[in-house]
Amino acid sequence: MRQTQQAELVIEAGGRASGYWPQLWRYRELFYFLAWRDILVRYKQTVIGVAWALIKALATLLVLTVVFGRLAKMPSGGVPYPLLVLAGVLPWQFFAGALTDCSNSLVAGAALISKIHFPRMIVPGSAVIVNLVDFLISCLVLALLFLWYGFAPDWRILTLPLFGVLAVVLSFGMGLWLAALMVAYRDFKFIVPFALQIGLYASPVGFSSSAVPEGWRLLYSLNPMVGVIDGFRWAILRGPSLYYPGLLLSLIMTSLLLATGMRYFRRTERTFADVI
Amino acid sequence: MSKIVLQAQGIGKKYILRHQTPGAGRVTLRDKIVEHAASVGRWLSANTPARANPSREEFWALRDVSLKVAQGDVLGIIGRNGSGKSTLLKLISQITEPTEGRITLRGRVASLLEVGTGFHPELTGRENIFLNGAILGMTRDEIRRKFDQIVAFAEVEQFLDTPIKRYSSGMYIRLAFAVAAHLEPEILIVDEVLAVGDVAFQKKCLRRMNDAAREGRTIVLVSHNMLSIEALCTQAVWLHGGRVMGTGEPHRIISQYLRTAFSPLPQQDWQDKASAPGNDQVRLHRALIRPKGGTAADPVRVCDACVMEFELWNLRPNTYLYVGIQFYNDHGILIFESAPVDATPWLGKAFPVGLFKFACHVPANLLNAGVHRVTLVVSKNEDVLLHKEDDILVFEVADSTEKRGGWYGSWDGAVRPILAWDTQLLGADGAVTKLSNAG
Repeated sequence: MRQTQQAELVIEAGGRASGYWPQLWRYRELFYFLAWRDILVRYKQTVIGVAWALIKALATLLVLTVVFGRLAKMPSGGVPYPLLVLAGVLPWQFFAGALTDCSNSLVAGAALISKIHFPRMIVPGSAVIVNLVDFLISCLVLALLFLWYGFAPDWRILTLPLFGVLAVVLSFGMGLWLAALMVAYRDFKFIVPFALQIGLYASPVGFSSSAVPEGWRLLYSLNPMVGVIDGFRWAILRGPSLYYPGLLLSLIMTSLLLATGMRYFRRTERTFADVI
Repeated sequence: MSKIVLQAQGIGKKYILRHQTPGAGRVTLRDKIVEHAASVGRWLSANTPARANPSREEFWALRDVSLKVAQGDVLGIIGRNGSGKSTLLKLISQITEPTEGRITLRGRVASLLEVGTGFHPELTGRENIFLNGAILGMTRDEIRRKFDQIVAFAEVEQFLDTPIKRYSSGMYIRLAFAVAAHLEPEILIVDEVLAVGDVAFQKKCLRRMNDAAREGRTIVLVSHNMLSIEALCTQAVWLHGGRVMGTGEPHRIISQYLRTAFSPLPQQDWQDKASAPGNDQVRLHRALIRPKGGTAADPVRVCDACVMEFELWNLRPNTYLYVGIQFYNDHGILIFESAPVDATPWLGKAFPVGLFKFACHVPANLLNAGVHRVTLVVSKNEDVLLHKEDDILVFEVADSTEKRGGWYGSWDGAVRPILAWDTQLLGADGAVTKLSNAG
């Protein structure tokens, strides 16, 4: 346990609801250290280290470009097809990685959780940060493609961090749900990779969402990743104007997932050590 | 009276046990869905009374526990395995919530339920010091300030930049304990960590705990080692079945505990070869202790030689079974180990399948009076552990009044040998002066 600065601390059944956020703030250093540990450990004892992040992005890019661009001949809207795909692959890979790591994080950290008291939200939080670092590294591929195709983005690329934040919040919100559920139900160990596999094709990663028939567009945007990926494409590729109802829906879905995720997590958090 | 820094009032912790049918894993989503469907069904047919689920059972790991610890106190918690000691520590350190009651803490708390919590094998010693320090509640500046002391305490200077997966287990434990030893909480909660490391290091840790207590820190600790409880603690609590059986002065509580904790087990038989303790290589059949020339029902006295017999089934041909025993006294101290080293024709031979009997002859005047526990260790070819049976024999060695000189009190120490003594009067020139019979 870490310092409890207040003069007196009372532990009671069902108590301790107040002071949750200040406590989380006091533990920021542990959060920093756990994220630091995960980043350090991620590529230990690998020969090419961080380059794996780049290779993963490049390989996915290649496959999706061939399948959707060459074989299915999907429309690209005037930009080089690999660029279109990359603008989808980057946020998707971040989202998939963060969600996988988040959902496994509590179970993987079972030793810590059953031996030390700290706000459990730190653990999935640090899983997101690690993937964020990976994401930033794989953005190098984007720079490479810009040079290769002589493509210059305009002012809109400055809005990219906003969509990045949306992706972070979305994966954290869903990650909280899955991490907490995984503690009690290991079924999610199988559900998550499976759902992500489907999600890769259900989200506009390998194709532009303008390929979706107009009438279905809003329904399609119920998938919150649609808004994120569309946003990335808009910001990076000087693409067609944004589909605002879809973006709004994404925002709503994301906030909803975050709010309910936090609620569920906080409700179940106190029993983690007993159940895990 | 000094300030009360830790107070527990009527705390209890309930667990729900699920009895699983063979083949079923842990609670899965399917169970949950079925459960919900069933509750909807019950709700629809409201006249069906809700049945108690036979596969769920409540279990109170701790009940009605009240404690008061003043600043600077060292509280030792004793009790057998499963008596709720660890649960109590987990409640105090906020890892899990009590089901009932309340705990009041005044001051900064650090808990040490395991040495090296959060250590990552891939990280170097240096990195792990920072990580573990943060996990135990130190700030970065604090760790930086104490870094050199920690390294010196752990004696791992040369290996600071080596991943700790390459550390020996001793180095690993020393490093882990060194970080913990430099915590400066007002209340320190410690679970059985003294049972690790070599003797010199254990002494160092004990000294460190003593210092902490002298500096006015409050310590709550669990240990199976009664000597360390007695040496360190100012107060002891004895838990049994989740309830407090006694609180107070350590020596008194420990002797109460030891008296009841003992249930003699001078003989054990396992008739069924399929269900006896062991595995598909070796299974136990019988164990007993008896005074030489007597039976297991006879008491063993300090002045008696005794015989221990172990019978076990060897189920695999061509294995060399190597049997050893460990002798513990009632303070949990390992007095000695023994194993056949010579004088048996079977030594080092391949054993055929069959029932084997091993007898160990303990001479008279070796064991001290008191409760003894024997652990049997069976290994194959001297290096592969096949089976270990703790407390296979538990027996009391009765005091005897023979050959004690004029002394009628108890004799301290782990063993009680009779040694040869000479007494001589030396004259001024160093020559031995004879004791005259006329004296």
